[in-house]
Amino acid sequence: MDPSYYIVLSAALFTIGAVGVLIRRNAIVVFMCIELMLNAANLALITFSRMNGSLDGQIMAFFVMVVAAAEVVIGLAIIMSIFRTRRSASVDDANLLKY
Amino acid sequence: MTVTDILLLALGAVAAGSALRVVTTTHIVRAGLWLVVALGAMAACYLVLTAELVAWVQVLIYVGAVVVLLLFATMLTRAPIGPSPELDRARFPAALIGLGSGGGLAALFIFGYRWGKAELAAPGTAGVLGKEIFSGWVLPFEVLSILLLAALVGAIVVSRGERS
Amino acid sequence: MCGVDYLGSYRLLGLLLILGAAFFTVAFTANRLLSRRAPSAGKNATYECGIDPVGGDWAQAQVRYYVYAYLYVLFAVESVFLFPWAVTYALDGFGMVTVVEMAIFVAVLALGLLYAWRKRVLSWT
Repeated sequence: MDPSYYIVLSAALFTIGAVGVLIRRNAIVVFMCIELMLNAANLALITFSRMNGSLDGQIMAFFVMVVAAAEVVIGLAIIMSIFRTRRSASVDDANLLKY
Repeated sequence: MTVTDILLLALGAVAAGSALRVVTTTHIVRAGLWLVVALGAMAACYLVLTAELVAWVQVLIYVGAVVVLLLFATMLTRAPIGPSPELDRARFPAALIGLGSGGGLAALFIFGYRWGKAELAAPGTAGVLGKEIFSGWVLPFEVLSILLLAALVGAIVVSRGERS
Repeated sequence: MCGVDYLGSYRLLGLLLILGAAFFTVAFTANRLLSRRAPSAGKNATYECGIDPVGGDWAQAQVRYYVYAYLYVLFAVESVFLFPWAVTYALDGFGMVTVVEMAIFVAVLALGLLYAWRKRVLSWT
């Protein structure tokens, strides 16, 4: 197998996720794009673990998934509470901390 | 071309295509369902890369739990079933930035690792990963339990905020 | 080269997936080809006979369901660690220490469940 192929796929998926975060305004879709980026990083970690013949990359990917789940739980709870006060799921409306 | 290479190409195409649909579709619910396809294809990629346990954990946690939570959140907020194009920004600057950073990242990786060959190693089964986690990764493992506790308490506090 | 054996062990699963997808496609294509269609507004209504539906078809769910959703996610994450633990703890050199490690992990999360219970998040109001 050719590991560079996976590395390029991971770079492509990360880019797609990053562009998604930039162009979408809905907070939930932004979250989905962040999940894509985290998964791209996981793919790179697993490929590196394969290339080096060590399991550390796989274990890190495992831990990244757990951290991502915790992040989604908290993030969506925050979106939910913003939605209840402002009736909007757009990230542009949640700008009050700036002022 | 071996079987592995063909599988890689097919799964990579599915993952990249459905990830593009997640970003471009105006239906939020469809974005969530395309995310399921993308994450499933990546789980299959992990499986081909012999990361067995990580692949099935991906199916359990991401496809089984995180996407369900995202769809729940969609239903709890605006609940849009049709397209919602007002939630998009201008695409050109973002596409430019994305192309630049993505191309740079890919070029860096390719020049860093060349086009080399690697043999598939022994599969990372639950037993192998378990031995590794419970010998060398015990502290991160226990810290994760604190993280999950913090997430649980935080989510309860945030989501109960205004009721009292 | 263990790749062939490893991929071979998933051959049956892959075959099943392909067969399932093919069955689905063939069945729906056959349905589309064989059936006659004459659509009308009345036939496309949600309830073809009965009261006309009022309002949208997508109701907003209540926030209280979200609590159960995230409790499920967090405990699914916890249970994922039980798989590598369950095949490891009986091996030589692991034993009691590993059991205690997992007990601490589960106990910390049980603390969270206790908090949820004390805050009356679990009761249906």
